[in-house]
Amino acid sequence: MNLVQFIFYIFSALLIMSSLAVILSRNPVRGVLFLVFAFIMSAGIWIILQAEFLGLVLILVYVGAVMTLFLFVVMMLNIEKLPPRTGVKKYWPYGILILLIIVGVTCYVIGPEHFALAAGPAPGEHSADYSNVNALGMVIYTKYVYAFEVAAVILLVAIVAAISLAFRGWAGLSKRQNIAKQVQTTPEERIRMVK
Amino acid sequence: MLPIADVLIVTAIVFSLSLVGIVLNRHNLIVLLMCVELMLLAVNTNFVLFAHYLNDTAGEVFVFFILAVAAAEAAIGLAILILIFRHKRTINVDDLDLLKG
Repeated sequence: MNLVQFIFYIFSALLIMSSLAVILSRNPVRGVLFLVFAFIMSAGIWIILQAEFLGLVLILVYVGAVMTLFLFVVMMLNIEKLPPRTGVKKYWPYGILILLIIVGVTCYVIGPEHFALAAGPAPGEHSADYSNVNALGMVIYTKYVYAFEVAAVILLVAIVAAISLAFRGWAGLSKRQNIAKQVQTTPEERIRMVK
Repeated sequence: MLPIADVLIVTAIVFSLSLVGIVLNRHNLIVLLMCVELMLLAVNTNFVLFAHYLNDTAGEVFVFFILAVAAAEAAIGLAILILIFRHKRTINVDDLDLLKG
């Protein structure tokens, strides 16, 4: 076991522990923070897999924007008044069953007799002048340019949808002018003589 | 280099843990959304893994788009969550029975 593998095992152990903490934490703020930790560990694994641009994007976009949004919403809603959880005691056997089925099927499928990729040689390292950003940019702006534009439109739609859903109307929000009321004003309303 | 089977097992564990979180959670809609994010993370890790092992950039491009769509999904989901909280004063999953049928 070389050093890279050792680092990978540390990252994945912390990833599994923090995702366990996400689903078991009673306080949702703590859950969001554990999710941030899971994202950072996963970004480490991606960087080991030589996808360094995506690893950095995961930290910048996900931890920096999406998780901050989650944290805002969790802190905005008044969670303290909610009743205590009831599901864990009732449903944990099903949870264990799901865990065992998925992990068991995965272990069976990726065994050497079914999965040729595991038996083959590992891929080599990229050369020192390889740039992941360069490689991604070369295909995103040529081969996948329509998908890229569609992703941009989806983000625009998401902005419009989120704002229009959460918007409560102008009343009481803005200091807008009422022109008609301003024109109809009289000097008595605006000037008060001080004796 | 990393053995491919180990990474696949780790992502399978993370994916199934988030599925278990969805099954167990009857308390809080936010935790449900967080579990969906965790699921997407596991799937994205698989994409990155296979992009690396098959030496094909398409997998990484796919992860890029999944990240964009997941950000949009989180924004709209949280907006709907705020609307539900304003309307019903709760985000308990068991109390959200507005849909009939």
